[in-house]
Amino acid sequence: MTAELGHFALILALIVAALQTLIPAVGWAKRWEGWMGFAGPAALAQFLVTGLSFMALLRAFMTSDFSLALVVENSHSAKPMLYKIAGTWGNHEGSMLLWLLILALFGAAAAVFGGGLPLRLKALVLSVQGSIGLAFAAFILFTSNPFTRLANPPFDGGDLNPLLQDPGLAFHPPFLYLGYVGLSMAFSFAIAALIEGKVDAAWARWVRPWTLAAWIFLTIGIALGSWWAYYELGWGGFWFWDPVENASFMPWLIAGALLHSAIVAEKREALKSWTILLAILAFGFSLLGTFIVRSGVITSVHAFASDPTRGVAILVLLAFFVGGGLTLYAARAGSMQAKGVFGLVSRESALVVNNVLLAVSCFIVFLGTLWPLFAEIVLGRTLSVGAPFFNAAFVPIFLALAVILPLGSILAWKRGNLSRAGKDMAPALILGVALGGLAFAMLTGRSALGALGVAIGAFVLFGALTDLWLRAGRTPRRLLRLPRADWGRGLAHGGLGVTILGIAVLSAGTLEDIRVMQEGEVMEIGAYEVTLASVSEGQGPNYLTTMADMELRRGDRLVATLHPEKRFYPVAGMPTTEAGIDSGLFRDVYLVLGDPQEGGGWAVRAYVKPFAGWIWGGAILMALGGLVSLTDRRLRIAAGARRTAPPAGVPAE
Amino acid sequence: MRRLALILLLLLPLPAAAVQPDEVLADPVLEARARDISAGLRCPVCRNESIDESNADIARTLRLIVRERLVAGDSDEEVVDFVTDRFGEYVLLRPDTSGANLVLWIGGPAMLLLAGGIGLATIRRRASATEEEGLSAEEEARLAELLKE
Repeated sequence: MTAELGHFALILALIVAALQTLIPAVGWAKRWEGWMGFAGPAALAQFLVTGLSFMALLRAFMTSDFSLALVVENSHSAKPMLYKIAGTWGNHEGSMLLWLLILALFGAAAAVFGGGLPLRLKALVLSVQGSIGLAFAAFILFTSNPFTRLANPPFDGGDLNPLLQDPGLAFHPPFLYLGYVGLSMAFSFAIAALIEGKVDAAWARWVRPWTLAAWIFLTIGIALGSWWAYYELGWGGFWFWDPVENASFMPWLIAGALLHSAIVAEKREALKSWTILLAILAFGFSLLGTFIVRSGVITSVHAFASDPTRGVAILVLLAFFVGGGLTLYAARAGSMQAKGVFGLVSRESALVVNNVLLAVSCFIVFLGTLWPLFAEIVLGRTLSVGAPFFNAAFVPIFLALAVILPLGSILAWKRGNLSRAGKDMAPALILGVALGGLAFAMLTGRSALGALGVAIGAFVLFGALTDLWLRAGRTPRRLLRLPRADWGRGLAHGGLGVTILGIAVLSAGTLEDIRVMQEGEVMEIGAYEVTLASVSEGQGPNYLTTMADMELRRGDRLVATLHPEKRFYPVAGMPTTEAGIDSGLFRDVYLVLGDPQEGGGWAVRAYVKPFAGWIWGGAILMALGGLVSLTDRRLRIAAGARRTAPPAGVPAE
Repeated sequence: MRRLALILLLLLPLPAAAVQPDEVLADPVLEARARDISAGLRCPVCRNESIDESNADIARTLRLIVRERLVAGDSDEEVVDFVTDRFGEYVLLRPDTSGANLVLWIGGPAMLLLAGGIGLATIRRRASATEEEGLSAEEEARLAELLKE
């Protein structure tokens, strides 16, 4: 019964979305305030019914309702509750429903917090948001209904892919979706601005919080996915340039560019049409990401729904929204007058360079991701584009961006002084170069690129600290009184430096040993001794495990006892690896248990991975920086305006 | 549907494995070269994994072939050619620059020049533009109202 209720609620969502699209738009055209005012309640209603539908599906998964085909295919009664819940979105149909729910959530948030928006703009924004909801609700209902019943329910289900049964991955998709779909707000605002033909400082200020929120979620989602790959796939890789990783990375890059250009649009009334274009592109890349994941045209680890009809449907949606958006842009962008004047050397110019480099790096990822598809269809060549290409093409551009970042962040608006900025940044630069040299010496010259990465990462990190120091007028007690936006910028930029540092040191300085070990045998790696104490068999809630006891010693001191595991999930018939990791501030020791060998003993893989934690630590700092910035009072004008507005609503009688 | 699922499962990266202890060459220099080469060769039946990371049987076979060729005295290029001759350019994770692939390699730098040019033109235009009047009186009032918290 709940499944039918969920299905019914989903149909209601479709109808509400249609009304939310049409009525405010008509109201806007005819200047009927009542019709425009319909947008807010409609957005709330849509969130309510979509939420109801999602809850119904969630309940089916939590109670293991095997009369639903989706639950049978993706769940099992013995699975831990967390993964039953995560199973709701660990499949195509459920994840699309989550997509729709988050879309409705953002629409409802705009309705609630958008009290300060002009009525006409708000009506248009919510109408565009409603049209996206309409398209996706139709997509779910007609091609991927999650509520399909089975006539003869089986006794138990087929289990969720064991690789996905992991706390890191349970929350990876919701965060990514919050990011992807959050960019729909920037899109809706851009389309509304184009229709209204008016982009001003206030508009840019309204768009920024939504973009910032989406960017924060994307950052967390990407970091979770990368962290998961690091500890779950069994050899400590953290980024694979996999098409689906790229699919989430492209919107992140564009959202980063959009955040920065919106600042220029807000403060200086320049780059307005470029900001609009970025807003359209950012959501376009989100849809492209959905297409890549859902269609399976680009084979990838993640493409769990490889269904051509769904792929085509999403391609049509992509063409409609992005094509429509770009057409509207082409027709209207010319009418946007830039106002701000700035010098060749200025914060504005630095942000233009930032945007150029971010856009180009995104373009490179785009080209590399879709090239195999293009080559196969157009050139008839079956080829691969993998990590070596991206490392060669993407990394230099991104490092160039990192080099100009510290300088650009302290240049003055309108007219900056490069030599003074250079002088202010000199200590950070010297520190960076010194650390780079140190890294080069310690890595015994193994990798010049690694040392360069360390130098640049350290420069960005110390540059961010310098930036805060300068903003506080070189007075420590003023540091705490800085606006949150300044702290947010410092944290986010510093976090980027930390991540670059981590990647550079990890890539250049990983130690590795692969060998056969007997129980009781000792292996030396770096400054550590690893003992394979014993190997035992065991059983988890829904898997069998072979677990090793391994002791990690440094000198005579026992650092940790680690338990790398090999698991086997009988229902899904799949093995997984759980690495034993001792995490530290400056290094991770990473142990993997391999197969038993003929003639006794076990294959064992041991790694010392310096600075591994810094990669995700930096990502956390970036997200935190975004969050701090989001709470800056200047970005909360909508809420502020709402507070100062006279109490709304009249008694019901 | 079930068969499709099974195929998908088989294509998923099976974790662990990768290079096995019995594959490692005694000569550390040769082994390092073997690892470098393997990291650039794609496992033909996997999804976006190099033979160095994959534990598919074919990846193991390829790793052994790479090492065999190295021990036989082949140069790095000869080893890669040996593998691509048999499996096609699909196994190259770093696509070559032949024919249309040039577009892939030049695309990034070309875009950088183009975007850089547009960016520079924008900056110059803004630098030489005369300062217009800021906000209109109406906009000023609206902004002030919005800023008031």
